[in-house]
Amino acid sequence: MRRWKETILLMASTLFVHAQPLGLPPVPIPADNPQTNSKIKLGDTLFHDARFSADGKVSCSTCHAKEKAFTDHLPVSKGFSDMQGTRMGTRSAPTVINAAYYTSLFWDGRVPSLEEQSKFPPINPVEGGLHSWDHLVDMLKKDPNYVKAFNEVFKVEKEAISIEHFAKAVASFERTVISGDSKFDRYMYGGEKDALNDAEKRGLKVYLEQGRCVSCHTISQTHAIFTDNQFHNIGVGFKALKGKSEAVASEYIERLKAHEKSVAKDKGEIKNLAADELVLSEKRFSELGRLAISHETDDMAAFKTVTLRNIDKTAPYMHDGSLKTLEDVVTWYNLGGKLKENDSTTAFLDGGIRPLDLSKEQEKDLVVFLKALTSPQFANVKDVK
Amino acid sequence: MKRRDFIKSSGAMLAGAILPVSIVEVVVADDAPKGSENFTFAFISDSHLQQIKGTKFVRNWDMGLKKAVAECNLMNPKPDFILYGGDLGQLGKAAEIDHGAEILSALHSPMRMMLGEHDYYYDLGEHWSKRFGDKYYSFDHKGVHFIVLNSILTDEEWIHKWKTPEERMSTMAGLDDPNGSPFMVGASQRAWLKNDLSNIAKDTAIVVFSHSPLQKIYKGWNFWTDDAELIQEMLQPFDKVNVIYGHVHQIQYNQIGNISFNSVMSTAWPWPYPSTYKQAKQYLPKMTIEMNRADPFFERDATGWQFIDIHSGRVDLNYQLPNNKNRTIAFNEKSRKPEDTKYKLGDKMPPQKHY
Repeated sequence: MRRWKETILLMASTLFVHAQPLGLPPVPIPADNPQTNSKIKLGDTLFHDARFSADGKVSCSTCHAKEKAFTDHLPVSKGFSDMQGTRMGTRSAPTVINAAYYTSLFWDGRVPSLEEQSKFPPINPVEGGLHSWDHLVDMLKKDPNYVKAFNEVFKVEKEAISIEHFAKAVASFERTVISGDSKFDRYMYGGEKDALNDAEKRGLKVYLEQGRCVSCHTISQTHAIFTDNQFHNIGVGFKALKGKSEAVASEYIERLKAHEKSVAKDKGEIKNLAADELVLSEKRFSELGRLAISHETDDMAAFKTVTLRNIDKTAPYMHDGSLKTLEDVVTWYNLGGKLKENDSTTAFLDGGIRPLDLSKEQEKDLVVFLKALTSPQFANVKDVK
Repeated sequence: MKRRDFIKSSGAMLAGAILPVSIVEVVVADDAPKGSENFTFAFISDSHLQQIKGTKFVRNWDMGLKKAVAECNLMNPKPDFILYGGDLGQLGKAAEIDHGAEILSALHSPMRMMLGEHDYYYDLGEHWSKRFGDKYYSFDHKGVHFIVLNSILTDEEWIHKWKTPEERMSTMAGLDDPNGSPFMVGASQRAWLKNDLSNIAKDTAIVVFSHSPLQKIYKGWNFWTDDAELIQEMLQPFDKVNVIYGHVHQIQYNQIGNISFNSVMSTAWPWPYPSTYKQAKQYLPKMTIEMNRADPFFERDATGWQFIDIHSGRVDLNYQLPNNKNRTIAFNEKSRKPEDTKYKLGDKMPPQKHY
């Protein structure tokens, strides 16, 4: 009993208490960045602070807006603006919801943690556009509220505030952006046999069997994170390489070598920061996918499997935002990586992308099932720009 | 850019990467014969392209070859040449061989072709030869003597006992078929080989390509060449001999005397695979022995292609295995045999030393 009391006290005083949503495993928390309420609150503030950008108008939440299910509903995201106009990225903003379960971040998995992820956009030349982390940290040090908050959370004096503190706080906040409790979860894990209607149940069957969605968007006996955390070429975006994948890959490797040197000189030796800049500024490099990071031929134009939770609320779809509706997405997979029977597809296609021979009814059921993956807190998100 | 320069500049970050091609630091032996250089070539094999009707071919096999070709083209620097290891077609039809030639034409490096039984037993290799030339030959490249054999011949009586070419082809394509016949290199080609080798110095590194293994593994599936011992005997006097073969659709390696044996992967399907595989209408031949596969839904499961580093006359096979961990079987200068660089068998499974 006494031990139980201690536990409660401990949780109340230092830990962020969050009811585990139905259908999700415990959120993995890194040992060196435990969750605390004050840290999460600080991260929330940082996440929404637009000062960390060249025009003072772009925050994390610009592309990951809560009211838009933590994405921006754009095909590819917009960065800061100046006299040359608004910078455009090359990839669609993935939702932050349940990003805590990914083992690597960004579409090509170029960083291993939310902490590392949070550091790149403010200084990417087409996103935040800040010259360096020093610039960002200077802004933190000049704001008495931040100085106070960092001291409270990390026990650091003003001069010791670093980008790592920023990253830890933002990541802690992001680890609270999790959501389960969907109709699917109530049916699958909550014992509510009627939580899914007949069409949704038929859709689940397609998902698990003939559609084989579950091969990559995984569901387990006790929870579902809907990702295998792997990279697959599903045939999206290859046309942007215009049949020149070899030339583009070779050019990229050359450019990367040169760019790594200049980035190291400007910003320090930061793993994959040069790649981050190249893939977000040049569409053809973006389309190299995971290969741009791993340099493995099997990763050509392969992108990370993303979660399907709240998928109805996070259109448009795919790494380049090229598919507008879930109906299109299902057709894409059903035809083995294309929208029309006579369209061509890429030689690099993943072996799991093959014609599925689903009937129109099965396709419809599958879409209905995907819509049952929406969590209650995002049910009212409207897909408006 | 020299490969070595890239290794230095990029360091450990690229370990295991193959673009640019190989980052394996090759060991140059002190006793390397003069004129022998290190180089890399690629090996694609056993695509089994099958015509369904007219312009319709089995998609799965097409995709396997196309993926290997596309990935091979990403190699930078380019491989010196690409060896195609046989069984381009499934039923030896001209349409299949032409379809394969079309897909292979996308490769950016010089091609060398080898015949498999599936290219042969329909018209006895006539169309294949018209497209690709000699059924066996040798060539020299950067100090290494390469020999391409036609190891899938069999005795004349068997060849001519069939009513139709289709019957002959399908019998030879079958597994565990008592009406089949063991492969052989045959007397006339052995005489040619003897003559070819007579001009080669004993310290010249030799690489022999054969479709079937030049060692006897399993007769029922023709993992077998009937006159393997006679060929081995001719090769044993040379210091460094490497035999690389297709046909078996799996990774095998072995050392017999001076001869290192390595097999290559198929771009189409692995042997063996389960008969329970019934996801959709399938074109896989029926099998008698089963093996667990991670997931047969994944069409490239347990298939692949390879690039081969030649150093000091030895071969290291780098297997490119889609959605799988790539493997390298390298010649170990200490143990004097090919070994997997990661998976060690220890003493549990001794290599085959007999025939």
